[in-house]
Amino acid sequence: MQIDLQTIAIKPLRHTFDNIARRIGADKPATRYQEGTLDMQQEANYHYRPTWDPDHLIYDRARTVIKMADWYSFKDPRQFYYGAYTMARAKQQDTAEANFDFVESRGLAANLPEEVRDTVLKLLVPLRHVAWGSNMNNAAVCAYGYGTGFSQPHIYHSMDQLGIAQYLTRVGLLLGGVDVLDEAKTAWMEDDTWQGLRRFVEDSMVLKDPFELFVVQNVVLDGLLYPLVYETIIDDVLSAKGGTSVAMLTQFMTDWFAETKKWADATVKTAAAESDENKAILTKWITEWRDRAAAALVPVARIALGDRTDELVGEVVQQFNARMAKAGVAL
Amino acid sequence: MDMQVAKKKLGLKERYAVMTRGLDWKPSYQKMEDIYPYIAYEGIKIHDWDKWEDPFRLTMDAYWKYQSEKERKLYSVLDAYVQSNGHLNVTDARYLNTVKLFISGISPLEYVAHRGFAHAGRQFPGPGPRVACLMQSLDEIRHAQTQVHAVSNYNKYYNGMHDFHHAHDRVWFLSVPKSFFDDAITAGPFEFMVSIGFSFEYVLTNLLFVPFVSGAAYNGDMGTMTFGFSAQSDEARHMTLGLEVIKFILQQDPANVPIVQRWIDKWTWRGYRVLTLVAMMMDYMLPKRTMSWKEAWEVYFEQNGGALFKDLARYGIKMPDCAAQIALEKDHLSHQAWSTFYNYGAATNFHSWMPDEDEMAWLSAKYPNSFDKHYRPRYEFWREQAAKGNRFYNKTLPMLCQTCQIPLVFTEPGDPTKICYREVDYKEDKYHFCSDHCKKIFEDEPEKYVQAWLPVHQIYQGNCFPEGTDPTVEGFDPLAAVLKYYHLEHGRDNLDFEGSEDQKNFEAWHGQATKNI
Amino acid sequence: MSTVFIALQTNEDTRQIVDAILQDNPHAVANEQPAMVKIDAEGKLVVRRETIEELIGRPYDLQEMQIHMITMSGNLDQTDDEMTLFWNA
Repeated sequence: MQIDLQTIAIKPLRHTFDNIARRIGADKPATRYQEGTLDMQQEANYHYRPTWDPDHLIYDRARTVIKMADWYSFKDPRQFYYGAYTMARAKQQDTAEANFDFVESRGLAANLPEEVRDTVLKLLVPLRHVAWGSNMNNAAVCAYGYGTGFSQPHIYHSMDQLGIAQYLTRVGLLLGGVDVLDEAKTAWMEDDTWQGLRRFVEDSMVLKDPFELFVVQNVVLDGLLYPLVYETIIDDVLSAKGGTSVAMLTQFMTDWFAETKKWADATVKTAAAESDENKAILTKWITEWRDRAAAALVPVARIALGDRTDELVGEVVQQFNARMAKAGVAL
Repeated sequence: MDMQVAKKKLGLKERYAVMTRGLDWKPSYQKMEDIYPYIAYEGIKIHDWDKWEDPFRLTMDAYWKYQSEKERKLYSVLDAYVQSNGHLNVTDARYLNTVKLFISGISPLEYVAHRGFAHAGRQFPGPGPRVACLMQSLDEIRHAQTQVHAVSNYNKYYNGMHDFHHAHDRVWFLSVPKSFFDDAITAGPFEFMVSIGFSFEYVLTNLLFVPFVSGAAYNGDMGTMTFGFSAQSDEARHMTLGLEVIKFILQQDPANVPIVQRWIDKWTWRGYRVLTLVAMMMDYMLPKRTMSWKEAWEVYFEQNGGALFKDLARYGIKMPDCAAQIALEKDHLSHQAWSTFYNYGAATNFHSWMPDEDEMAWLSAKYPNSFDKHYRPRYEFWREQAAKGNRFYNKTLPMLCQTCQIPLVFTEPGDPTKICYREVDYKEDKYHFCSDHCKKIFEDEPEKYVQAWLPVHQIYQGNCFPEGTDPTVEGFDPLAAVLKYYHLEHGRDNLDFEGSEDQKNFEAWHGQATKNI
Repeated sequence: MSTVFIALQTNEDTRQIVDAILQDNPHAVANEQPAMVKIDAEGKLVVRRETIEELIGRPYDLQEMQIHMITMSGNLDQTDDEMTLFWNA
């Protein structure tokens, strides 16, 4: 039986769930982001302590030294719940696919100047391992962070980084083949150029504080790496040398960074605005890890930038400092 | 190098290999045991993570493409359902109580699965299982959210769902599913995979979703049917992961076999006890029935699980011993459960009722060996009493099983007239159990299960009253205080379906929709 | 021999997929249920990309099956051309 109900108006008993109404201050219709995020994580009466971490509860505010009165102060400015997230990525994926097709079908990869192709293979392909490290680190923040407002974006970020590692793999396959993946891995494992960065990534993998890990990976390392590689090197330097098609293959990363940094900034800003203690901790973490990351990126940047490396890395660091100052952490 | 030389197109397997395991490396600046600290203590031995076989080889680009397509479809159905007041198309308002049970009992578990798979994915040193686990973690937050979004509309019109997160962490019977998942996520990563990935996803998930979702379809609930089937489409991937994990662990070292067998035994029983809620939903709460609990158990466990364990026999794994007891209980489980909820209907976030004459006839037909003999007389008595104005509400708190946390209401295997009690003395205390299997699970890990947050104990200790409650004052009503702590409104969210606000509203709205008043 | 199965949602897209599966697996039995169709087969079930492509008249990626799949049983092996469900015992 199909009932035509267009004409009847039924007055709802309530407009959203009570926990949402308490948080938004009134019983009014809530967004899917709100209903899919707020209080999703269990908060009370856990039955057992983790056998793998008996000093903590299943979800525990004390896993980080950052203190928040309410962990749901963290809001994702993109308002990503799963549906919004996958639909946004599918759209970007369509563009990326079209770009790869365009480059492939017109033989643009073959027409790349030798020097540009060589630079791309040497610089870009080993970065797939960095993205893989980030996939792992973001999984950790999702697993051990407190509150869905903070933990949720990290599973999206984790899988984005897996996607980026896979796009970089495709760039390698397109410009070289399976062999260049092996060569890049050897460079990642053995060449001096990459050891500072590999050490940085491996050192980040043993961090226990999920908020520190968020800062090290998503704020600091990506905050320097993406502007340096995808904006400065690929969009500017290589494009000027006839490598525009490379920028097409990495458009996903460029767009992704522009989008995700808004979330990273909002998260830093919220934590820093909470208390002077938080701000002091963030300042210390960001400063120390920024200096390490910048030093580790110099030999990598030199692959493409040669003599201009120090100057351009310096500029990227300056921009990063300005970005952090805007987010409330003056370095 | 001439780029025009056609590069060999990689097949799915090779391509997936370079897209996942090719990304991994062996660290040298930090030790493996510092990067993966939780991988050794369970005693599982893995010699070669590369022996892992990836079943579905889904890269992120394909994942986004297919998943977004599912999401677009799902949300357009949900929107249409809301716009057309689809909730009035359900068979009868009693149906909505299954939705209440689902959102407060099951959806929060999807969320724990999300976090648990993020944890397992982070901890496994093998890139194959890591990627599969993280993809599942991402799927599980999808399930939690699509369920909340689908039920959001019901919550606007019906009671009992309004504060389901709060309820899940507190309400007595919800500690059954909650403790199940807390148990899994607090176990080591390998046990987590066996518990959720294998035992729950592979062996038992069909019993949860297929009857529930077909039940929704049968009862006119398009919203639930759509999210259910949409979630199930991810389930095929999860089930395959669960099976591959087991095969992988078993192949790696013979010493793993007894450990895995103990986990399979434990989690099949734990999962089965949680499915008690599904059993009573199928036999009592769906106004239009799809199949009986017993039939579902026979199709999805005895036949399908039978084939699975036959397949695993080559590794030295056998059907869990508890299967024999479950077979004895299948004629009784749903009836004993529904009787319990009918008893304790003053302390639930959904309504209970006695089956009508047609429904009793259906139960007699589906359960010829047990229903008329053991349960019908009880129901008829309760029904008569209710007609006389003595609707029975049990106000005495029950003894709970220390492991599964279900009240001790189940009968002895083979004797449906005698309640089954087991107990264990451990350190200074005595612990109670519903069965030999729950008792054994406790005895294997007493330090874990003594921690259980048992709702009845907590109420007696005064931990389940709103802050500032003084239980010593004259005329103190403990049930009223507990309901306040649960955020449930007496007379609105609980008690019998007959006379409930849900019943009245549904009738009025439905009348308004079908008649010209 | 044990039974493997695959269950798909009943909709416009799956009708021809189900036909293709039944065509390639004469021993399989389709079992219609509310809003879904469950295909049971003794021992082994093979889903072939080419057969589906012939019936739907366009290129098909077997991973698209995931959009419609409800549940399955058996060990799984997937390549570009075939998806196989099987029991070893």
